Amino acid sequence: MMEFKTFVFYVLSAIMLVAAMRVITARNPVHAVLFLVLSFFTAAGLWMLLEAEFLAIVLIMVYVGAVMVLFLFVVMMLDIDIERLRHRFWSYLPLGAMIGLLMVAEMALVLSGKYFSTEVLPGQSMPAGYSNTKELGHLLFTEYVYPFELASVILLVGIIAAIMLTLRQRKDSKYQYPLEQLAVKRNDRVRLVKMPSNKEPSAGQGEQSS
Amino acid sequence: MEVLILGFFQWFWNLFGLWDGIWSWFHHVWPLAWTLMCFVAILVPLLVGVAYMPYFERKVIAYMHVRLGPNRVGPAGLLQPVADGLKLLFKEVLVPTKASKMLFILGPIIALAPALVAWVVIPFADGWVVADIDAGVLFLLGITSIGVYGIIISGWASNSKYPFLGAIRASAQMISYEIAMGMALICVLMVSNSLNLSDIVRGQNEGLFAGMGISVLSWNFIPLLPMFIIYLISGVAETNRAPFDVVEGESEIVAGHMVEYTGMAFALFFLAEYANMILVSFLTSIFFLGGWLSPVSFLPDGHHWLAAKVSFLLFCFIWFRATFPRYRYDQIMRLGWKVFIPICFAWILVVGVWMMSPFNIWK
Repeated sequence: MMEFKTFVFYVLSAIMLVAAMRVITARNPVHAVLFLVLSFFTAAGLWMLLEAEFLAIVLIMVYVGAVMVLFLFVVMMLDIDIERLRHRFWSYLPLGAMIGLLMVAEMALVLSGKYFSTEVLPGQSMPAGYSNTKELGHLLFTEYVYPFELASVILLVGIIAAIMLTLRQRKDSKYQYPLEQLAVKRNDRVRLVKMPSNKEPSAGQGEQSS
Repeated sequence: MEVLILGFFQWFWNLFGLWDGIWSWFHHVWPLAWTLMCFVAILVPLLVGVAYMPYFERKVIAYMHVRLGPNRVGPAGLLQPVADGLKLLFKEVLVPTKASKMLFILGPIIALAPALVAWVVIPFADGWVVADIDAGVLFLLGITSIGVYGIIISGWASNSKYPFLGAIRASAQMISYEIAMGMALICVLMVSNSLNLSDIVRGQNEGLFAGMGISVLSWNFIPLLPMFIIYLISGVAETNRAPFDVVEGESEIVAGHMVEYTGMAFALFFLAEYANMILVSFLTSIFFLGGWLSPVSFLPDGHHWLAAKVSFLLFCFIWFRATFPRYRYDQIMRLGWKVFIPICFAWILVVGVWMMSPFNIWK
């Protein structure tokens, strides 16, 4: 009898493969993005099966929860004519096929190599009290602290670069300055004028106002 | 709890002398049956609570307006939720002609599902939790970040302008405030040194004041007061409640992503909103207000304290709605990005320095 875990693995893999195929075959770009979300989600399920719960949850949090939402946001706003894009399918096919073959070859090298084969990697599951999250955090901030800091600095540079590239200061656009608005005193806006109330209205004005 | 119920079953079947025969096959399915029982025990009260939340809200707002509120169906209007539910059930679910039909139906389902899934990691009292996992906070952040898809998908699938505008507003707003919420939680994680929700509550029962018998002064909301306020306000924004309800601002875009929905499909959005409100109230109580802990040591701890705290926070949600006028959209974005996130960064630094200093109170 098949073990339950194996069964779950095959179900998740089947969903993931179908979703990944639909990403590139869906006619509507929004549907394609949603299938990509589904394949991320099932990938997270697969990682969960490998007892890497931290990575699985982070995949959902970062990719499904933030990146793909923004992606969807952009794709929805664009008016993409899928037929026009399909037009040049055959001219792009050789290049695409070459890149695909390259990726397959890389995967084969990695999986059959001596570093990642199933004999080398530890296969045993950890005891019940073992916290994957805690171990990962511990390693990140002790053994791998410099690569970690370096990666965060690179990400920071990326953020600043993206903001600088899109930030355009327009001279004619109007801004609000909430601090100035809050700091306004009564005397800046309102001028109280004392007027005698018993002044005789002149004949011409009285007729106009009525 | 599990042992108690299992013991009851054993006693019951032993009356007929059948226990050994049943247990020989039943122990295979027992974990599954137990989990299902837990889900029912959580979801039924939750859905009843969700059904009565609008009634509560209408009554409270009515009294704040010096009105009576719903009082026609049943005694004091108590059957109003039943009447509303029946009405929505019997209405036809219309699908607009040019809508993307599958996504149109999927939208409300995705909006509701995360609000229900998140309950597995909520501890109701010491040990009363379905999944006592060490990555509980991460799980919550991951699950609640999926909820925005329901709104985006339904807004886009409706193929109409107001829902689309609502969906775009929703996605921008919810992502912005998720960051502030996550940052506020980082402070909580730092001081409690755990991602497990039960441990976070237990951590609030330690310290100088808890030792003196007044654990209310040891709860996280005092040392992390700015984070508590930011989390509460972001929670209101995250659930798209007034004064941050521009997603469905009726004076601007009618009802946002819900415009094209009718009957039960509409009701699912409604349920999702109230389920999220209750969830955020539970989380705020657990992270900042000591969860199931009693404020003073001579009263026993228990789930009733959690219920009291949650009820107060839910009342606050309604209170905010009755009090504040709606924010303008650019001001919402400014508040999230330019006020809350910098304050969070600053407080993370303050807490970090505090924990390294001799005045550390979280040892």
